[in-house]
Amino acid sequence: MTEKVLENTLEALKEDAEGILREWIDQADEDGAKRSDLFSEKEERDQAASMLRAFRLGVRDTSREGDFDLRDEHWADLRGILAEVTHERVERGVLPGEMAAFVLALKTPLFGRLTEKLKGQPDRLIEEVLVVSKAIDAFALYTNEIFIAEREQIIERQRDEMLELSTPVVELWDKVLTLPLIGTLDSLRAQEVMESLLQAIVERQAEVVIVDITGVKTVDTQVAQHLLRTAAAVRLMGARCIISGISPKIAQTMVELGVDVGEVRTRSSIKNALTDALTSVGVAIRSIEDSPRTRK
Amino acid sequence: MNAAAIYEVGGVLLVSITSDITDSDIIELQEMLSNRIAQSETRGVVVDISALEIVDTFVGRVLAQLTAIARLLDAETYVVGMRPAVAMTLVELGMYLPDNHTALTLDHALEKMRNAGLTDGLPRGA
Amino acid sequence: MAFPGARKIATIELRTDRDVAKARSRVSEIMKAKGSRDLMTTRFVTAVSEIARNAATHGKGGRLLVYDMPDPRLIGVECVDEGSGIEDVERAMVDGYSTRQNSLGRGLGGAKRLAKTFTIESTPGKGTVVRMTGICTTR
Repeated sequence: MTEKVLENTLEALKEDAEGILREWIDQADEDGAKRSDLFSEKEERDQAASMLRAFRLGVRDTSREGDFDLRDEHWADLRGILAEVTHERVERGVLPGEMAAFVLALKTPLFGRLTEKLKGQPDRLIEEVLVVSKAIDAFALYTNEIFIAEREQIIERQRDEMLELSTPVVELWDKVLTLPLIGTLDSLRAQEVMESLLQAIVERQAEVVIVDITGVKTVDTQVAQHLLRTAAAVRLMGARCIISGISPKIAQTMVELGVDVGEVRTRSSIKNALTDALTSVGVAIRSIEDSPRTRK
Repeated sequence: MNAAAIYEVGGVLLVSITSDITDSDIIELQEMLSNRIAQSETRGVVVDISALEIVDTFVGRVLAQLTAIARLLDAETYVVGMRPAVAMTLVELGMYLPDNHTALTLDHALEKMRNAGLTDGLPRGA
Repeated sequence: MAFPGARKIATIELRTDRDVAKARSRVSEIMKAKGSRDLMTTRFVTAVSEIARNAATHGKGGRLLVYDMPDPRLIGVECVDEGSGIEDVERAMVDGYSTRQNSLGRGLGGAKRLAKTFTIESTPGKGTVVRMTGICTTR
C-alpha cells in the first residue's frame, strides 16, 4: 500500500482532462442539471473547467490514507471555486438541486475511467471509487450549504428592510409623533417598533406619541402585552403614549382576554387621539370662520 | 461621595447620577437626599439618570424607594433623561416605576412641575 | 471549559460593589468594541450587573470571566463564587420574580430574561456558577 489511494483518479485527470470535462458537461445535460437558458455554453464550460482544475489539485495533495475531509487545506481552492460558482448561480436563479446534480454528474466520467484502469483489480477499484464518490458527494452537499447560506442572507436582508419600512415614525406636529402599525406584531417586530419609537422620542424631543393600531390584523394577548410594554417604555422616557384605532372588536377581545390597560390612554380613532395629543401640547385644531366651506 | 451630586435649582432639588455609581453610593445618596428634602422647602425632586447606561433591579428599586420617601416628605420625584435602551430593559424586567413621574429632560420636568404647582414657592403643606 | 471553543479575554475579581461597577463598565467596553448596539449592550450589561452583585454580596465574593465566543456575534460570561450556594435554584429563579422583598431572585430571573442563554449550577455550601451569553450584533 505505497500508492496513493487516488492515484488512478489523478492519472485519469492528467491524461484526459478535456475528455472528462466534455463528458461531465454532457452527463449534466442528460441529468437535466445544465441551464443553457441561464448560462452560455462557454460560461458553463469555464466554470466546470475551473472546478475540475481545483479538483485535480485537491486529488494530488490528498492524504494517502484515503481519509477524506473537505475542510483539509488542499481542498481550499475547490471550496473557494465552488462558493464562487454557487454564488453566481444563486444570483441567476439556479435551483439548489440543479447545482448539486451538476457536481454529482462528474462521477460518470471518472468512474468510467477508473473501471478501465483497474480492470482485474476489483478490490482497488472499489476502494478508489468509494473515496472519489465520498469526495464528490461532499462537494455536492457543500454547494447546497452555500446555497442555503446565500438564501438566508437574502432573506435576512429583506426582513431587515421590511422591518425598517414597516415602522415609520412620523412627526405630526411639534412634540407629537405617530406610529401607524400595519400587519402582524410579533416579538421581534414589537422590539424593533419600540426601539425606533423611543429613539425618535429622543431625537425630536417628543412629548406625546400616538400608536395607531387600525392596521393591525389581530390583537391577541401577546400583541396587547407588546403594546402595553411599548406604552410603559414611552412613559419611562418621559413622554405620553396614546393607543388609537381600537376597534369595537379589538376592545371586546381585550376585555375577554382580561388585558388590563392600566394607565395607558386609548382612543377609538386617530382623529380623537390627535385632538387629545395636540391639546396636551397646547395646540388646537379649529375651523376657519370665514372659510367658504364652513360658511353655510 | 462623588458618584452623585445634589443641587438646589429654582426651588427644586436636582440629583445627577454619574455612570459609575455603586450600590453603596446610591444607598448613601438615598439618605442624603431624604435629609435635604426634609431640610429644604422643596416640593419637587428631579433625578437625572441620563448618564446611566444601565438601570438594574437594584437601582430601579432605589428609584422607586426615593419616590416613596420623597412623597412621605411631601415632595414629588421626576426621573429624567432615561435612555431608550434603559427604558426597554426596565420594561423587560417588569419594572415600570409606576409611582415615579418621568420627563424627557430637566427643562421638561421643571415645566411639568410648574403646571402641577410644585415650584410656585409655596411652602410645603400650603 | 465554560463554553466550548471560547477564549477567555478578561477576568474581574468581585469583592465589593466597586468591583461590580467595574465589571459592568468592562463588559460594556468589550461589547462596544465588538460593535454592539446600545440596546444589546444595555440588556446584557444589566444581566451582568445582577449576577455580579449576587456573587459579590450573597456569594461573599467571586470572579467574573469574560469570553470571546466561536460565534463572533456573541459574548460569554461566567460568574463564579464560593459562597453558601443556593438551596433551591428553581425557587430562587421563579419566586423572587413576584416577591419584591427577595432581591436575589428578582435579579437572577431578570438576568435570565435578558441574556440569550443562561445556566446556573449551585451547590449548597460550595458556591454558585452562572454562565450567560449575550448578543452583540445580529449579523
